[in-house]
Amino acid sequence: MRAALISAPFLWLLALVAAPSLLLGWIAFGSAAEGVPPVAPPLAWQAGAPVWQGSLESFALLLEDPHYAGALLRSLLVAAGTAGLALLLGYPMAYAVAEARPRWRLPLLALVLAPVWTGLMPRLGAWIGLLRDEGWINGVLLRAGLIEAPLTLLFSDVALFAGMLHSYLPYAVLPLAIALARRDRGLEAAAADLGAAPGRVFLSVTLPLSLPAVAAAFLLVFIPAAGEFVIPELLGPPGDPLLGRVIWAEFFQSRDWPLAAALALVLLAVLALPIRAYQRLGRG
Amino acid sequence: MARLVLALGLLFLWAPILLLAGYAFSADRIPFQWGGFSLRWFAALAENARVQEAALLSLSVAAGAATLACLVGGLVGWALARGGRFRGRPLFGLLAGAPLVLPEVVTGLSLLLLFVLGQGAAEKLLGWRLERGAGTIVLAHATLGLAYVAVLVQARLARLDPLLEAAAQDLGATPFTVFRTITLPQMVPSLVAGWLLSFTLSLDDVVLASFVSGPAGTTLPVLIFSSLRMGLTPEVNALGVVILALVLAALGVAGWALRGRGGRS
Repeated sequence: MRAALISAPFLWLLALVAAPSLLLGWIAFGSAAEGVPPVAPPLAWQAGAPVWQGSLESFALLLEDPHYAGALLRSLLVAAGTAGLALLLGYPMAYAVAEARPRWRLPLLALVLAPVWTGLMPRLGAWIGLLRDEGWINGVLLRAGLIEAPLTLLFSDVALFAGMLHSYLPYAVLPLAIALARRDRGLEAAAADLGAAPGRVFLSVTLPLSLPAVAAAFLLVFIPAAGEFVIPELLGPPGDPLLGRVIWAEFFQSRDWPLAAALALVLLAVLALPIRAYQRLGRG
Repeated sequence: MARLVLALGLLFLWAPILLLAGYAFSADRIPFQWGGFSLRWFAALAENARVQEAALLSLSVAAGAATLACLVGGLVGWALARGGRFRGRPLFGLLAGAPLVLPEVVTGLSLLLLFVLGQGAAEKLLGWRLERGAGTIVLAHATLGLAYVAVLVQARLARLDPLLEAAAQDLGATPFTVFRTITLPQMVPSLVAGWLLSFTLSLDDVVLASFVSGPAGTTLPVLIFSSLRMGLTPEVNALGVVILALVLAALGVAGWALRGRGGRS
């Protein structure tokens, strides 16, 4: 009975998590081909015997064409930028939540987190409506006489980071608010008793003690942001090479499945270290 | 200072959503322009067959995926909390956590490869012609959802005193009776929350659904996504409000199911 209750979900995980990941590695060594599916796997059956026809051309192309290295770098920059902005805005927000009266803490935190569940498509629609050339923000600025001609906001880095921050900010606030609400305030009182000014207390006691939560918040944003596809596609600069978009384009437009798989492996390899670090933080 | 940033941050988070909701009731054909109160865009939605078809598909996929996620994810969470030592446990834990951290383009691509090769094998070996569509989206969404369900169930069971189960066993209950009368009732709130969480994840997903569905499976978010690529229309704006209302209602039910139980963690 117990064995059956464990094997059933184990089989599901092996079939739908382990097997697809292994296939990704397998197909990355294949080559693009005409047909359905448009890929020649690395191992083929010819006359009843397996024949190795695998190739490293996808990986070679990734190394040769600077387009892909550029996409990797830009993805990491956008992910780090998003995570950095989320910390800059999220830390004071979390601090204010932690310093609020106890019965206000949970409602305030809920207010920060609830937008996550308002649906990504409606949220992105809202940003398009706000940022378009004829959009709400330009309308307000024009009427106020602050600008003469509409600003180009949509399909720019401004829109990209606004959309990314809007989606990911709550994820940064959550671990920070929990850590700051639980912190030992006695240490701060001791530092103040010993004559430290409030700014000094924050910089030498509160902030250093919250660094694990800061790291967790950064990684919680950085990891999903690095592979983000939908937000840059709808708000960011057109043709902006980010790994999520490049994988999507190689797969759906170029129909080069081995190259898409190789790019996915690169993304995984780059994220392996942050993911590992995040899981360690979670345990400690 | 911090309070001011909190207020500004909340404004940043909520203003776009509230403006979207408000302008959905505007008669103007340009989105985010006020043209007087009107329900015309909701009426237009009610007559849009493509939207309704996609919404129906999305709701059934989400319900199916959430139910599967609870069945499998409940077992995964139970195995992690109460399974003790079993062969392959480190791998089991790794696989259960993987969908939480893998980028969605990677999950989508790898699941598609599995489904395509599975289709090929089924046709060659069994002569079955399988189509990708609602079924494959359900499998993909269930796999993502079950990882969240497992975390919730595991956390819930980790807080439950194992002595309760031991006491029931000492009093003569069979393992199945212990599970049915002690463990399972304790899992119910996290299963309800996990179901709603999986349901909303599924209703929000564009990437997995785009990868694993065939031409037949256009879910509501995929439909909105392709329409937003052309720009925002008042109809999509109104649709956003409908989704908002649905998700917030689901969130309310989830909060109610978990009320006072996991509040402190």
